Amino acid sequence: MSATAVAADLAAALAPDRVRTGGVELELYGRDASVLAGEALVVCFPLTTDEVADAVRIARRHGRPFVARGSGTGLAGGAVPIGDPVVIVTTKMDRILEIDPDERVAWVQPGVVNLDLTRALAPHGLHFAPDPSSQQACTIGGNVANNSGGPHCLAYGVTSAHVLAAEVVLPDGTVTVLGGLDAEPVGLDLRGVFVGSEGTLGIATRIAVRLTPDPPAVATLLLDFPTVAAAAETVSGIIAAGLLPAALEMMDQRITEAAEAFAHAGYPTDAAAVLLVELDGLPAGVAAGVERVGEIGRVHGARAVRVAADDAERALLWKGRKSAFGAVARVAPNYYLHDTVVPRTRLVEVLAEVYAIAERHDLGVMNVFHAGDGNLHPLLLFDAREPGIMDRVRAAGEEIVRVSIEAGGVLSGEHGIGLEKRDLMPLLFGPDDLDAQARLREAFDPDGVANPTKVLPAGSRCGDLQSIPEGVWV
Amino acid sequence: MTAGPLAAFAAGVGPPDAGPVVAEGGRTQWSAGVVDPEALAAARAVRAPAGVVAVEAADMTVRVRAGTPVADVDAALAEVGQVVAVPDWPGATVGGVLAVGHSGLRRLGWGPVRDTVLEVRYVSADGRLVAAGGPTVKNVSGFDLCRLLVGSLGTLGLVGEVVLRTRPRPEAERWLAGEADPFALLRRLHRPASILWDGTTTWVLLDGHPADVEAQAGLCDDLTPVETGPALPPHRWSLRPSELPTLAGEGAFVAEIGVGTAHRPDPQPARPVDPAVRTLHERIKAVFDPTGRLAPGRDPLAAA
Repeated sequence: MSATAVAADLAAALAPDRVRTGGVELELYGRDASVLAGEALVVCFPLTTDEVADAVRIARRHGRPFVARGSGTGLAGGAVPIGDPVVIVTTKMDRILEIDPDERVAWVQPGVVNLDLTRALAPHGLHFAPDPSSQQACTIGGNVANNSGGPHCLAYGVTSAHVLAAEVVLPDGTVTVLGGLDAEPVGLDLRGVFVGSEGTLGIATRIAVRLTPDPPAVATLLLDFPTVAAAAETVSGIIAAGLLPAALEMMDQRITEAAEAFAHAGYPTDAAAVLLVELDGLPAGVAAGVERVGEIGRVHGARAVRVAADDAERALLWKGRKSAFGAVARVAPNYYLHDTVVPRTRLVEVLAEVYAIAERHDLGVMNVFHAGDGNLHPLLLFDAREPGIMDRVRAAGEEIVRVSIEAGGVLSGEHGIGLEKRDLMPLLFGPDDLDAQARLREAFDPDGVANPTKVLPAGSRCGDLQSIPEGVWV
Repeated sequence: MTAGPLAAFAAGVGPPDAGPVVAEGGRTQWSAGVVDPEALAAARAVRAPAGVVAVEAADMTVRVRAGTPVADVDAALAEVGQVVAVPDWPGATVGGVLAVGHSGLRRLGWGPVRDTVLEVRYVSADGRLVAAGGPTVKNVSGFDLCRLLVGSLGTLGLVGEVVLRTRPRPEAERWLAGEADPFALLRRLHRPASILWDGTTTWVLLDGHPADVEAQAGLCDDLTPVETGPALPPHRWSLRPSELPTLAGEGAFVAEIGVGTAHRPDPQPARPVDPAVRTLHERIKAVFDPTGRLAPGRDPLAAA
């Protein structure tokens, strides 16, 4: 392998201290937050659009694919390097380039951390709406690649609704801008196609994000239920009543206990499930919504409806939710976090199935998820030191995916397909559907060099073979 | 259940040797993106099936065939207190407005039309039925072909059926008009449905809880209630929201404040297209419609 030659060219184009070939670092950048691993040929850290374009061209000149990477918080293996690629890490491109509060748009580099952006916007009374649980670490570039969501995407939409334009380096090294700041940019919505493409259509180097005004009124409620089904029925009831909360999150007893021990948010640890509901907007609409949510909860058997009295209490209620994944470490050494979506009318039965699946495989399970948009996040608990356990974890995970799809759902709500769910794509899409997606990818990347082997299973393009770069193992 | 009409639509489109085809809706935007009228006129017109397939009120989605008039979808959703953020041009069909991809006057409050489309079933250039997206409100399973198709003018595939995200139908709504600084109102009001401005008069459309509409109306200076908004000149200009003040004194217009769309009597001059973007358009057309049989004579890059 030509690692030395590639590294030398990258060092000349970037800087020697921003190109790494050492074993430990290659190992580090061989993983993301999923359970999968690959191997990088070389890792580089560009600072500018030109340097990203140089890195892409150098990779291609040496016949290597490339993989873009932000903070590596992805859970589907999207940033795992396959085929000895050049890994292009964008975390050093971390500047907020421009905030225009009047036009409600900001230009940022891809390595800006999600929460840092929202903090920088606070003085303007604005924020960036997508708020994934990893928002303290994940980057805007990663959010664009994965079309990330978060609790507040229920009312405000996922990343795609908040990206106006992106300057991108295409797989042939060309730099262009997709989308625009004008109302209806000319031509096809290539911006919309790029968002969520998991690094397979190019690398975003500057991103124009839409800024959302902070709401004048916010109310946060905690509802406490004696059964999981009662909580799930309340979720369906809230949506069916035509309410559109800003967020509608559910936590079952095990995760509530773990989160409470960690965050001391005053969660009822004897509740079978709790709902965290946030309503925002104008005061009268919010007040009416609070009333209505409380009524619907009580009709379905809520034992208590707690309305946060002030911002401090609101923050505390959210602290428990946002630290839930970290709190799991107190319960089990390892967990496998899943991500599927089902129609909101099917939550009750699918949740019951999820518990049954975990029990059949003798695995612990916790549920903490974006109930309002039907986005399930079961955590399967295990101890990786137990021999053979991963087979059970994977089998249970696949059953959860199948049950979700049979209920009219989809493979992923916000984590993406990556490698993790690539071979499950045929559960949702037929050969002609996958062929159409492969055609789109081919139009952007005819040689298959941008994050190869991700998203689409091998053979998706009917009638001919996907061109796979030399040296790639699939 | 829906396979019948969709399969018939696909059969009607037929294989590539069945020649050029163009999907016809209400013909309300028929001239959109036309660069070769003769080629378009020579294409065989096909119509997508019509009908609201399922109103999933408790899931806040609606499955509808592309040939359905937007007004029919609105009527079906009104019965359950919901609405879709799709422009309600008189006579327009769902497939037609999605092919054109323009948003309605409430985009400021309700978001662009492309964000409402969750799933698309379309007929490809080789006459096959293809599904993209999914019926849930959140979905990142694979590439977003729905967004590729919205605004593609039927040049990449002919939409047969879609699932759209619905919204709660506003309990109250009110148009106001008068002389006021529309940009100051944009900063002052929280998520108004629409703010329009013709250089002299400002129109505001408020919607939501009746008490909130009342309170927001109180913030609208001297604007007074009116029945409806202004008549719109026929052509759309796509501008940055910050460019709208420069329209004053440049002839007739009605501008969508905070959005950037300006409705004007004359068409917008051709906008520059980066060569790399043009190349991507050509490659996408080549892989989705290798023989160029879909909507010949139309070019999304030429559309206003």
